[in-house]
Amino acid sequence: MIRRLGTGVVFGSLLVWLPFAVSSVWQNLLITTFYFGFLGQAWNVLGGYAGQLSLGHAAFFAIGAYTSVVLHTHLGLSPWLGMFVGALLAALLSQGIGYLGFRFGLRGFYFILLTLAAAEICRLIALHLPILGGYTGLFINFTPNPWQFQFKGKIPYYFVSLAFLVLASTVVWLIQRSKFGVYLVAIREDEDAAEALGVDTFRYKMLAYAVSAALTALGGTFYAYYQFYLQPNTVASMNLSVDIMIRSIVGGSGTILGPILGSFLLELLGEFSRSYFAAGAAGLYLAIYGLLLIVVVLFLPRGVYPTLLGWLRRATGRHA
Amino acid sequence: MSLLTALGVSKSFGGLKAVREVGFSLAEGELLALIGPNGAGKTTLFNVISGFFRPDAGRISFAGESLAGLRPHDICRRGMVRTFQVTRPFHRLTVLENVLVGALERVAHRRQAVRIAEEVLELTGLTDKAGNMGHSLTLPDRKRLELARALATGPRVLLLDEVMAGLNPTETGRLIDLIRTIHGRGVTIFLIEHVMKAVMALSQRILVLNYGELIAQGMPEEIVRDPRVIEAYLGAGYAELET
Repeated sequence: MIRRLGTGVVFGSLLVWLPFAVSSVWQNLLITTFYFGFLGQAWNVLGGYAGQLSLGHAAFFAIGAYTSVVLHTHLGLSPWLGMFVGALLAALLSQGIGYLGFRFGLRGFYFILLTLAAAEICRLIALHLPILGGYTGLFINFTPNPWQFQFKGKIPYYFVSLAFLVLASTVVWLIQRSKFGVYLVAIREDEDAAEALGVDTFRYKMLAYAVSAALTALGGTFYAYYQFYLQPNTVASMNLSVDIMIRSIVGGSGTILGPILGSFLLELLGEFSRSYFAAGAAGLYLAIYGLLLIVVVLFLPRGVYPTLLGWLRRATGRHA
Repeated sequence: MSLLTALGVSKSFGGLKAVREVGFSLAEGELLALIGPNGAGKTTLFNVISGFFRPDAGRISFAGESLAGLRPHDICRRGMVRTFQVTRPFHRLTVLENVLVGALERVAHRRQAVRIAEEVLELTGLTDKAGNMGHSLTLPDRKRLELARALATGPRVLLLDEVMAGLNPTETGRLIDLIRTIHGRGVTIFLIEHVMKAVMALSQRILVLNYGELIAQGMPEEIVRDPRVIEAYLGAGYAELET
């Protein structure tokens, strides 16, 4: 217990010290790691624990981003409050998609296609809504004011994104320890068996979807006030949905540390393949990035974290 | 008093009539067996009773209330739970957690649920395997786990779908004893079984299904002598062999 506490203090201090010790490139890398870790964690609730793979989480992300920006620019509402409005709207949308998918028993690929289609519809709507700026997108005027979620320099963003990640991980940790968490895993492992044992599978899948969507929307708000520019083809794109999903899967979905580790590894991988291979041939780094992804999925199908854990247990001679 | 009653229950898949106007009743405390050749509609009937399939016609009532439109988890919470013929453990949960899923709906606190799960593991002889993952179990243990999870829900009626299939005679004998113990604790049991040794040892009454129709019901001794049952299922020679 004391040893654990000690490790926590050391690790915590390291995280506090880190942004002051590195260049702004690395600061950006760490912020992106945290915020994709956060998104991966949000996805994890539905995809990792409940086993309902979504390829449409960009829709919730976009709702979170646009809602807080529109409320801020038109009504002067602080994004710190606006982001919860976005989370609520995203949760509502998830209930619509979830009702269609779960009530009619769509599983596996069919559910994936439904989420993808729903996200594409959202992207097209965003492209044609004047209030969201359409193709031109929305620019946010930079006015440094922490209450308006706008900070000078990268360091405040570092701590905000870290806090987001800690928040999402705590939510997942609490879920995992609760009856809700046990039910979600049972649903993922065998939905019919769970239903036969008295688990209201529909209700719990809907709940997981709502939590996952709401968290993802919060991440959208962070993105909006980090980048100061929103465009439907980036914030509501399938690319983003894949980016969110892949972190959880590579790291190990259905575990707390999986999405965090996955996000960290992929950011590093992306950064190194960019800096080493970008000069050689345009696009080569993407091919290498893709290749490494294939390697991970082929050889570590359950993700990096569970595999590492397995090796560690074998090495120390303890049984799983 | 009848705990479970079915009246004129039918279920078709396309042109195939899997269950045709089946009616029966199950009394509180009874141990009833359902037998019949492969494809006779036994599992389909269980799927209808437990809420996985909606019947095309007919009525089913449990403890005096209609089950129409209820989903499996509703039916489970009312006190009737089923196991699956092909075992379906939650692979990436431990044996204890598997059983916990069944126990959690009954009690508010996890600690109480764990206590129920541990009791059930003790009863079903799985205590040693409590920490093993669901996917690591052998077939006999998987069969026990199916039973344990169902028991953890605290059922009044247990629907057992071929729990003996694939077990050797020793294991079958042990499972027969276990089912007797569970029955002795006041749980009403309705089981589908192919292993005649188990059927004859356990059941107080037998239903025989053939091509979706109920062709006979009665005491075990009557059933093995019934010419229609012999023709459809047991095969000529069984009656002489047993008597």
